Amino acid sequence: MGRIWSILFLLVPILGVAFFVWAIADIWPLNNHWLPENINEPSRVIDGLFMFILYLTGTVFIGTSLLLFWFLWKYDADRNAEPVKYMHGSHTLEVVWSILPAATLLFIAIYQMNAWANARMRRPTIGPGVDLIAGTADDELKPPLALVTGRQFEWRIRYAGKDRLLGTNDDLVTDDVFTVNDLHVPVNEEIVLQIESEDVLHSFFLPNARVKQDVVPGMRQFIWFLPGKTGRYDIVCAELCGWGHYKMKGRLTVESADDFNSWLAAEHAKQEQSSFSASEGEE
Amino acid sequence: MSGATIGAEAGPAHTSSGSIGAFVSTYVFSRDHKIIGLQFLFSTLLWFLVGGLLALGIRWQLAWPWAEMPVIGRMLFSAEGGQVSPEFYTMLFTMHATVMIFFVIIPILAGAFGNYLIPLMIGADDMAFPTLNMLSYWFMWPAFICIGATFFMPGNGAAGGWTSYPPLSVMEQAAPGSGHAQTFWLFGVTFVGISSMMGSINYMTTIIQMRAPGMTMFRLPMTIWGMFITALLQAFALPVLTAAGFMQVLDRLINTGFFIPEGLVVNNSVAMAGGGQPLLWQHLFWFYSHPAVYIMILPAMGMVSDIISCFARKPLFGYKPMVYSISGIAGLGFIVWGHHMFVSGMNPVLGMTFMVATMMIALPSAVKVFNWLGTIWGGKIQFTTPMLFALSFVSMFIIGGLSGIFMAATPVDIFIHDTYFIVAHFHYVLFAGTAMAVFGAIYFWFPKMFGRMMNETLGKWHFFLTFIFLNGTFYPMHILGAVGFPRRLADPYHYETFRHLLGLNQFMSVCAILMVTTQIIFAYNFITSMFWGQRVGRNPWGANSLEWAAPSPPGHGNFDFQPVVYRGPYEYGSPEVDTDFYPQTQPPPESSDGEETAHDA
Repeated sequence: MGRIWSILFLLVPILGVAFFVWAIADIWPLNNHWLPENINEPSRVIDGLFMFILYLTGTVFIGTSLLLFWFLWKYDADRNAEPVKYMHGSHTLEVVWSILPAATLLFIAIYQMNAWANARMRRPTIGPGVDLIAGTADDELKPPLALVTGRQFEWRIRYAGKDRLLGTNDDLVTDDVFTVNDLHVPVNEEIVLQIESEDVLHSFFLPNARVKQDVVPGMRQFIWFLPGKTGRYDIVCAELCGWGHYKMKGRLTVESADDFNSWLAAEHAKQEQSSFSASEGEE
Repeated sequence: MSGATIGAEAGPAHTSSGSIGAFVSTYVFSRDHKIIGLQFLFSTLLWFLVGGLLALGIRWQLAWPWAEMPVIGRMLFSAEGGQVSPEFYTMLFTMHATVMIFFVIIPILAGAFGNYLIPLMIGADDMAFPTLNMLSYWFMWPAFICIGATFFMPGNGAAGGWTSYPPLSVMEQAAPGSGHAQTFWLFGVTFVGISSMMGSINYMTTIIQMRAPGMTMFRLPMTIWGMFITALLQAFALPVLTAAGFMQVLDRLINTGFFIPEGLVVNNSVAMAGGGQPLLWQHLFWFYSHPAVYIMILPAMGMVSDIISCFARKPLFGYKPMVYSISGIAGLGFIVWGHHMFVSGMNPVLGMTFMVATMMIALPSAVKVFNWLGTIWGGKIQFTTPMLFALSFVSMFIIGGLSGIFMAATPVDIFIHDTYFIVAHFHYVLFAGTAMAVFGAIYFWFPKMFGRMMNETLGKWHFFLTFIFLNGTFYPMHILGAVGFPRRLADPYHYETFRHLLGLNQFMSVCAILMVTTQIIFAYNFITSMFWGQRVGRNPWGANSLEWAAPSPPGHGNFDFQPVVYRGPYEYGSPEVDTDFYPQTQPPPESSDGEETAHDA
């Protein structure tokens, strides 16, 4: 019986690796069962890191699982005539198998810090800021293209007015473009979005841009990405927000700058015509 | 086995005089740690069934969304024509996690096995505080009632996720399950906390104070080390959850506003309170619930170490490194909670700190795996049912441990956070890891508990089928996670990105249904073996630790002699004796002249 059980444990690394290879190789029926298309150039590094950790952990998985199989196969009591190796451990081995993983883990930890900083801490800038004391100014942060507000169960999107700044006088009432669940952005441009919540927690998730940020009521947060390809993509709510969480779906449309501007103008015009618009004087 | 079995000479298990009062004090409000342990075991196994059925509800909706649920669909959802409603779905995954974590894993490890094994394995006649011990079981009942009652409240149960993140969980108008059900959910969890706290104080005191002569700390079996460190974790982490729970109750009932920021408009009504911070709850919650992850695995690691050493017939490899790595996991476990919050809005600089600590916690886990492999190397492996479950713990923990590195890496976590990759990770650790270890422990200590063996053939079928189907259920979740498939969605398929994943989900659900069905074999084996299993003596497995020197089942007071400990618990294959095991109580050959050791070998 020991043989059968050993082989069962051998199947773990074999089938485990095969399943991943199958999905990565995009073979039926597991087509498209892998990282979805990534349109955000800077976040390619996340995919690279994912694959790097996959290869590393995969190697450890295969190694340890094969050892487990081999020991079970070889030291099956029914077949192993040798006496038991009476020993309580090995100091050398303990040191080796502590230091090796420690070094590897520390390497991963340090290696990925830059990617994290780029994704979450280094908001895109637009040239040098105002220099109050010579040479000390930080670069001026890029203003957000739009404000995305999560509420049960939709994404409300508000584009800045003519000066392309949110919350300034020119867009208090009139110039903003409001849409629901329909986010348009220009291609090949760093997009900064301000995200907020009106009620409960939500999470703004763009699977195709490797962007995810919980939206917390009472907090103002920014996310950024650089779409390199036009098309239509999903906006997913990834934090439980109530019974309708599953249907809190938005659409991201990446289009050329011209298309984007004409879409924005058209939305604005449509808004001006609607009876709910308060278009007094400003024009 | 090694012929160590002594005929059925177990003494009467429990003194009973036949009157109802005596029955109640012996079997109901018992202060005997063994009865309390069994009470925990039976209660948690029943809840295991409830939790499993809730999981099947989730799997049904994910595989056949909005299809009529067979048999019970019309009863539960007559208005929806037998469909699972989305609010019912949120209740399902909330209550599945709640039941499995608070009513199954934590109480079955600490409550059932901790209670049953600690006094026996350290050579004590009972716990240090038997009455407190009894209360720790009976305080589970208010919890059972509170959380059981939520199923009959508006929303059919709490539905804010087992993490209960405010404002969703605090604002009654935010979700159907956020009414009374959420308040009672919080009370229930608090009662579980009180029960755990009573247990952990008792375990620490007992292990420190009541060890048999000769039982030094470094002669304790790993099971006891796991229980000891777990008790410490609980004692230091639980107060934070209890306090946080009360804060949420106050927010809900008298509008204190710990977690509610100003100016919320939920479901078209304005929140009364303000000035709070939703992230505060997450910090407090995970300050407990991350150590709780280790509360849910360290005792299992201990039991697995004992089982593997016993059936490899070889000393545990690296006993002290094993103890140190358990302690290291526990210590680091207090400074990694923020890895649940990388994308929560927490300061990203803080995220880096938690990332480094989280990476480091993988190290002691790796050391443990290497030592288990070292233990079976060069042994004489007996493929008994408990051994198979223990080996599967090692095999599956490798997967569950390694997948943790993906989410510890903060940039990768941005993508896989709240996807099925996480769901895969914790099911590999908690089901494929802990639950399999618990099955192994039940098969291993069943003869001690009931004086009878469980059927080995049925046990092996149970193992084989569970092992196959659990991998069929949980392994594809990694692939789903790689696509970004989010958790907690009642219908993920209306997103174009995830539409094509339905087929894989159907495969997983079929496996899940078969896995739950397989447990019928276990239930049948457990119940029939209790009454008709083969009778055994004190030490059917030829094991070393102290509990095997007591009668099976042990009577009140546990030992019919004063156990004296001469060595550690892992002296298998020792050249000092002819047998392949060398019990802790057996005196060394030179000092044994004239001394009668009636109890073993």
